[in-house]
Amino acid sequence: MNEQAIKDLLYKLADDLLILGHRNSEWTGFGPILEEDIAFSSMAQDKIGHSLAFYTLLHELGEADPDTVAFTRNANQFHNSQLVELPNGEYDFSLIRHFLYDNAEIIRFEMLSQSSYEPIAKVATKLKGEVKYHVLHANTWIRNLGSSTEEAIARLQTSLNEALPYALGMFEPSAYEQDLIDASIYRGEEAVKAAWQQRIRAVLEKTELQLPDLESITPITGGRTGSHTHHLQPLLDEMAEVFKIDPAAEW
Amino acid sequence: MLTKEHILTLLEEVKDPEIPVLSLVDLGVITGVEISEEDHVTVRMTPTFAGCPAMDYMKKDVERTLEKHGIKHYTVTMTFDNPWDSNKISEKGRKALKDFGLAPPPTYDLILDLDILEYATCPYCNSGNTSMRTPFGPTLCRSMHYCNDCRQMFEQFKPL
Repeated sequence: MNEQAIKDLLYKLADDLLILGHRNSEWTGFGPILEEDIAFSSMAQDKIGHSLAFYTLLHELGEADPDTVAFTRNANQFHNSQLVELPNGEYDFSLIRHFLYDNAEIIRFEMLSQSSYEPIAKVATKLKGEVKYHVLHANTWIRNLGSSTEEAIARLQTSLNEALPYALGMFEPSAYEQDLIDASIYRGEEAVKAAWQQRIRAVLEKTELQLPDLESITPITGGRTGSHTHHLQPLLDEMAEVFKIDPAAEW
Repeated sequence: MLTKEHILTLLEEVKDPEIPVLSLVDLGVITGVEISEEDHVTVRMTPTFAGCPAMDYMKKDVERTLEKHGIKHYTVTMTFDNPWDSNKISEKGRKALKDFGLAPPPTYDLILDLDILEYATCPYCNSGNTSMRTPFGPTLCRSMHYCNDCRQMFEQFKPL
């Protein structure tokens, strides 16, 4: 039942996590302070572990094994939102993206933990506890830096304005949206987006940052159907560089 | 004739590779042991953190330990059926963590509020006058704290 719809949902979830996990890992050795270096590295490890949980569910539904799926597809076969593939930029951009992404992710996991499709519900139940730490990290830094110095506030505001159209692209509805909602598998992107707006607003209200009128922003979509920025393919090439030297190697 | 109790006693030997005083049984990651009429042993495990790189090692260690004790027919599976949370760490496990210098995770009722991270108890001097420095430590399962009384950094096994 609804197998194609479930696969599409799993690919969205897994690909977002894998790509953002890789971007987070690019902070290893470059964090502005040691604690942040460790935080982004730890979140990278979590995200990639979480993507593995979803790729494993896909494998159980007949897709290729997780390594093959992760390392051998081209950019146009990825279903991640464009938000997660954008380069890290400076720390302010990475932090804003982390804040916008993880506040959506935790809502997805909370909703999916109630899914009628049991394998997803089990994984989401487990992961929502872990991602709480990511949300805590993002919200703490946004609250602190968003009401600190003039430069910090200005940088975060610029990054927020740049990231928002891509962040809204996370909620691009799939072709199976209504099927998933009708089958109580997933409550759908509109429901996630509505809850997400409330959560990010509640944090931003405690800072000097201004949340622009989201209705006036045109979302940048396409990622869910394989249309990506020119930043994704180089990321994939780098990620798969070692794997491709010897795809049959035992690790 | 094998028994569940016997298998659990054997598994007491298997320690967390990063916390060598803590057995997997006390850590709470062994979620089930079943023995069939033909003495086939099934051990169910669940990860602490889904991205923990030690889980695969722990699974292999369970297999090695079963073999060492002459158990020929076994299956070890990793599932999310009965997901791990930090309340699953036994009293014995909590004491082992504290003796190792790691604050055990506080127990909680039903829903975890991460505000409790601000109230970690220092494993060295037992003071509650501590503050969290970062929720991410040297491994996925540890957060970093500072004790305002004995003035030392310490790690806490994260509540989850």
